[in-house]
Amino acid sequence: MRDEEAQRERAAARRARRLRPARSDDLGLRRGVARKLMPFMVAAMAFLASLALAGAIAAAAFSRQWQEGPAAALTVQVPDPAARATDAPQSRLDRVVALLRASPGIAHVDALSHAQIAKLLQPWLGSAATQGLALPAVVAVRAEGAGPPLAEVTAELRAAAPGTLVDSHGDWTRRIATLAHSIQALAWAMLALVTGVAAAVVTIATRAGLVQRRDAVLLVHGLGATDADIARRFAARATRLAFAGGLGGTAVALPVLAGLAALAAPLIGGIADPAAWMPALPRALWLGLAAIPLVCAALGFATAQVTVRAWLRPLP
Amino acid sequence: MNSAVVRLDGVALDVGAQKVLRGISLAIPRGGFRWLLGPSGAGKTSLLRLLHLELRPSEGRLELLGRDVGAASRAALPQLRRRIGMVFQDFRLLPHLSAFDNVALPLRLAGRPEGQIQADVGEILAWVGLRARMHCHPAELSGGEQQRVAIARAVINRPDLLLADEPTGNLDDAQAQRLMLLLGELSRLGTTIVVATHNDTIVARHPAPSVRLAAGRLVSADA
Ligand SMILES: Nc1ncnc2c1ncn2[C@@H]1O[C@H](COP(=O)(O)OP(=O)(O)O)[C@@H](O)[C@H]1O
Ligand SMILES: [Mg+2]
Repeated sequence: MRDEEAQRERAAARRARRLRPARSDDLGLRRGVARKLMPFMVAAMAFLASLALAGAIAAAAFSRQWQEGPAAALTVQVPDPAARATDAPQSRLDRVVALLRASPGIAHVDALSHAQIAKLLQPWLGSAATQGLALPAVVAVRAEGAGPPLAEVTAELRAAAPGTLVDSHGDWTRRIATLAHSIQALAWAMLALVTGVAAAVVTIATRAGLVQRRDAVLLVHGLGATDADIARRFAARATRLAFAGGLGGTAVALPVLAGLAALAAPLIGGIADPAAWMPALPRALWLGLAAIPLVCAALGFATAQVTVRAWLRPLP
Repeated sequence: MNSAVVRLDGVALDVGAQKVLRGISLAIPRGGFRWLLGPSGAGKTSLLRLLHLELRPSEGRLELLGRDVGAASRAALPQLRRRIGMVFQDFRLLPHLSAFDNVALPLRLAGRPEGQIQADVGEILAWVGLRARMHCHPAELSGGEQQRVAIARAVINRPDLLLADEPTGNLDDAQAQRLMLLLGELSRLGTTIVVATHNDTIVARHPAPSVRLAAGRLVSADA
């Protein structure tokens, strides 16, 4: 019985020797439970942060795409285009085009020819039907800046060519913009939440480490270690572990994001190249992803510093 | 008298509701040696903890190494603590560190170069007869050996004030004699020393001024 105990003790001592700490590990920080758990928790948070970041950036790109794309366009329909305009010796179509060209906030005006319109409608109506149809003329307009003063322009066009329709796609744009902003707000809220949870995880792990090594911490405090000395050791450890966790979580998120990017590419104006090793992620996302492990490291450092100093403050 | 390393003036200590020390006034000059005597529960350990800056007095004035501890900022205390060595009654060795690393701790905290640490720690461990055991962890050492490691750690950076709480408790006669020789040597070199004990034999064999406590009060204090 005693022999067994002695043997166990010797084995423990051998293990302890093998684990002989390096110079900087006077407090035995390498042996904490927190060490095992904390990086995984931080990795999970980094993974979620990667997704949130991608969401925010994709929503921004999506909304930009819509504002510059269909959103920026007006469609003007002019019925009976060849008839004479009411206020000028021109055809109704020419008069509408001229008025649009003269209006502010308009970059480009493009009147679709009769043939072009027929071609657009052919799939629905068949070539025979489009022959004799009294088709309205369609004018595609690209806006620039804040766009034209819509109400004024519409009134002007209708005076010159009664029956003209102006479709500004404004409703859609507003809805898309609202959606994009909601997604962005949600993503930022999620980033804040995930950051808070990560800070809480580091705090809990650090406090557990302090309690577990209470005697050692009190001893080095008694030997004249400053709060900064002690905090530095815990913070160094927390920084490394949080960085590793952040790196791991971001690395796991990469293939997920690549998959999503491939699916989303057509929507946000990118080009999915199936032969590429990875679909092109936006530059902002790459920068954001690269920053995540660094932010994790900084968070680990700051949180551990604050936690340790707060724990030591009541000591004389 | 102004050069006292330890000076207490009407010091009291409350721990919770308990009045552990009351009206303690005494002064110990530089290089002085004091036995701290009294029955168990008299307050010897508590007084040493005050002198080690583990506790602050609830009342009165405490001056250590020429500094008024009550007026000193918290940030000033670590510097003071590095000049005070303590041999704890329960040793307080760090279990995950070897004897060598335990003794080296104060030097590493002070930022000494590793080469000097190797030499100094080797020397002091040889002095306490543990050179061959320096890679052992506390769990592999006997009580007496652990106590010697604790003593080596307390004196490694030549403290100005050395405090020891029952340091001969786990030592045999020969080891206790060696310890007293070491303490005598340090005292001659200018270290102020306070040793709490209830070992009458060793006190009788090494007569020195004493501070005597009973029930938290000062019974007598030799000049
Ligand atoms: N942390 C503490 N909490 C409660 N009581 C304490 C504490 N420290 C000391 N005491 C009390 O103070 C008295 C003196 O204790 P101590 O200083 O350990 O005496 P000694 O070392 O002379 O045996 C004892 O009655 C003890 O119970
Ligand atoms: Mg005691």
